[in-house]
Amino acid sequence: MKSITKQKTFEEIERQLEGFDRVYIAGCGTCATMTKTGGREEVLAMKERLQELGKLVTGWTVIPTACDEMTEVAIKENNGAIQSASCILVMACALGVHKLSTYIDKPTMPALDTLFIGVEDDPGCFQEVCAQCGQCVLGETAGICPLTACHKGLLNGPCGGTNNGKCEVDKEKDCAWTLIYQRLEQQGRLDLMRKYHSPRDYNVAPRPRTAKIT
Amino acid sequence: MAPSFREVLKSGKFVITSEIGPPKGTNIEKMLHHIELLKDEVDALNVTDHQSSVMRFPSIGGCLAIKEQGGEPILQVTCRDRNRLALQAEFLFAYTRGIRNVLCLTGDAVVVGDHKAAKGVFDLDSAQLLKTIRQMEAGKDLGGNDLDGTVEFCAGAIVTPEANPLEPQLIKFEKKIEAGAEFFQTQAIYDLDKFAKFMEYARQFPVKILAGIILLVSARMAKYMTDNVPGVSVPQNLIDELAAAPKGEAINKGIEIAGRMIATIKKESMCDGVHVMAIGKEEVVPSILKAAGLAS
Repeated sequence: MKSITKQKTFEEIERQLEGFDRVYIAGCGTCATMTKTGGREEVLAMKERLQELGKLVTGWTVIPTACDEMTEVAIKENNGAIQSASCILVMACALGVHKLSTYIDKPTMPALDTLFIGVEDDPGCFQEVCAQCGQCVLGETAGICPLTACHKGLLNGPCGGTNNGKCEVDKEKDCAWTLIYQRLEQQGRLDLMRKYHSPRDYNVAPRPRTAKIT
Repeated sequence: MAPSFREVLKSGKFVITSEIGPPKGTNIEKMLHHIELLKDEVDALNVTDHQSSVMRFPSIGGCLAIKEQGGEPILQVTCRDRNRLALQAEFLFAYTRGIRNVLCLTGDAVVVGDHKAAKGVFDLDSAQLLKTIRQMEAGKDLGGNDLDGTVEFCAGAIVTPEANPLEPQLIKFEKKIEAGAEFFQTQAIYDLDKFAKFMEYARQFPVKILAGIILLVSARMAKYMTDNVPGVSVPQNLIDELAAAPKGEAINKGIEIAGRMIATIKKESMCDGVHVMAIGKEEVVPSILKAAGLAS
């Protein structure tokens, strides 16, 4: 499981940093490193660009896993450079931005957009396979989530927009319901596709969702 | 009093429906003209609901205009733009204004339309929407609460007889029937042999099937539809026929083809009727019906 991110355009980063001349950059050694959006190399490249822009980069770090509690330790170790900055540019997913903002009393700016939580099916190819809906139906859909893999999130089978096994929004994208149909057929469980699914309960866990493990 | 659309469907007559596309804007003159032109030629008129996810004057507005002009409207309702509260409210309102027919659709994806950044809702799907109607008819809303005054609709849906792969669509078709669909208007069909095969299967169900006829206005359009519209395949002989038409005459050839198909479907009692779509060219629908030998 990885948090999949893409770097914001430099223009947008520049806009966020308007009025902040001293910047500290924090990357992440886990997901953002793997997706090449906030690893060491990208952090150093960002440092260069900000300096070209006339910003003073007070320091930088790549936190091992920006979203976990060790982040606090990493922040303390770099406290001097962080304190001398007027803002922190975070090259981690939104979870990292959130975590850092709880430890640092300075503006934290996201350099990345967080797209989805995905798995790497082929090297470098990430796919969103779960939307964390809180009502898993994978047992009835042959392990393919219709809520995630179907563009419209349909629970009762394909729409009329599917064509030759592809999705109406993208001729390259497989129709989730064609895949589900093929797998269920292989498993001799097509009857599951005939089962009527009631409208979803969007209140299964009220937003924002929390969990306390005891 | 004129028979209801449900009664017409049950009567065994060859049913004809057509379609009105509302305008983008408040100039409804053309739409009103189309309604005037078609309302007495057909048994009912669909009004599209932001067809192809392009924002337009609403289906309910077109349906009310049809009522005002003495026609029989079919309210098209998609799940794309409204959650279950808004959809149920639409049914309540439509019912109070004398609208008695609804076509339940999932709706195209938002990104195929002209508001690509909009949020697609899809809180319900087409099967759930059909079931919602039946539940409201039983006096309850989707929250399980009592309604003070219920609705009653002749509910329809769509099916794509030439989809590939076909079986997932047929499973959905059966689910829609179980959810309460009484009639189906099909995606455009052009190959009557294939359609006959579909009807062999579909006949076992207690629903009325209206074959979708989309007017072809050029060979280019026919090719485009084959390449881009899901489940639509125009046979080469029809494309050739359109291509061979003299310059400016292709639309007349298209009218002739549509009329010929309708006449064959009726003559051979292939299904219960036709749904004629002349997207953007509604004024020629009477000519199509005339070519089919059906004009009043």
